[in-house]
Amino acid sequence: MNRLWLFLPLALAITLGMVLYFGLGQDPSKLDSALVGESVPDFQLPLLQTPEQQVGSEVFSGKVQLLNVWGTWCAACRVEHAQLNKLAEQGVPIVGLNYKDERPAALEWLEQRGNPYSTVIYDPEGSLGFDLGVYGAPETYLIDTEGVVRHRHVGVVDQEVWESDFKPLYEEYRDDS
Amino acid sequence: MTPEWRRLLILLVVLITVFPLNGQAREERMDDPELQQRFSDLADELRCPKCQNETIAESGAPISSDMRERVRQLLREGYTDEEILEAMVARFGDFVRYRPEFEPRTWILWLGPFVAIAVGIGVVVMITLRTRRRTKDESPVLSDEERQRAEQWLRDD
Repeated sequence: MNRLWLFLPLALAITLGMVLYFGLGQDPSKLDSALVGESVPDFQLPLLQTPEQQVGSEVFSGKVQLLNVWGTWCAACRVEHAQLNKLAEQGVPIVGLNYKDERPAALEWLEQRGNPYSTVIYDPEGSLGFDLGVYGAPETYLIDTEGVVRHRHVGVVDQEVWESDFKPLYEEYRDDS
Repeated sequence: MTPEWRRLLILLVVLITVFPLNGQAREERMDDPELQQRFSDLADELRCPKCQNETIAESGAPISSDMRERVRQLLREGYTDEEILEAMVARFGDFVRYRPEFEPRTWILWLGPFVAIAVGIGVVVMITLRTRRRTKDESPVLSDEERQRAEQWLRDD
């Protein structure tokens, strides 16, 4: 019996090895969001198209929506835009957060590529972005009817990401309400 | 030393001393030296979420500059170091702390190495004790009876 204890270090080493091995498969640039399960932080920001109009977190109540963080300086946002247009056509409500951008450039972008957003919040200082923990664009959040963040994706949302990560949650929260 | 060499040497020294400052070279220092000290300590403890293996003090990424600005602002508003770290963790996750909080979830992280060392020492001690006990049992000194038998065999040969 006592001899079995000698295998303890071996067992520990194998466990550690397995943990590290599976760790290798993970993308270290994907951080788990501290915000999932929390409400969207409070903010007061103007809209992109109508600067005189201020909005706050009330834009996130009432329906299940996506929040997409984008900027004209962001190359990957260009890639993502077609997919957003497609989702908007399918009736998925998307709120845009124009992050650290300039108004004329952003307006021109929407003019040229189409506007998939129901509302675009203008955040040139990146203040709401900071409170959301945005560390690069594009980022996309799924927000439920109560304004609670349910999922976060850093990077481009393509068809595959939409179908595997967002769609099931989107439908679940939409049907719940 | 020729003037060219001297110039090169001066250039080298300047380059070497200037590089560590790159992240926040053009940013304000805080007026209060005590706050500035707390700021540098905090900036050395927060990890840049974008660049992964740099502190926000070293990093030139825009997000790090935003984070430094926010740390300064919170310091000016009188928040404690602990509250500032919590505010950053609330936004960017546990990842941003180079020294994570000691809590049940991180026990294995903090205590794991010590447990591994303790187990290792335990095993070595056990093996040593066991071999020592065994060598005592099979003592090389022969009993009288064994010695007689041995002598008998030697004579018979």
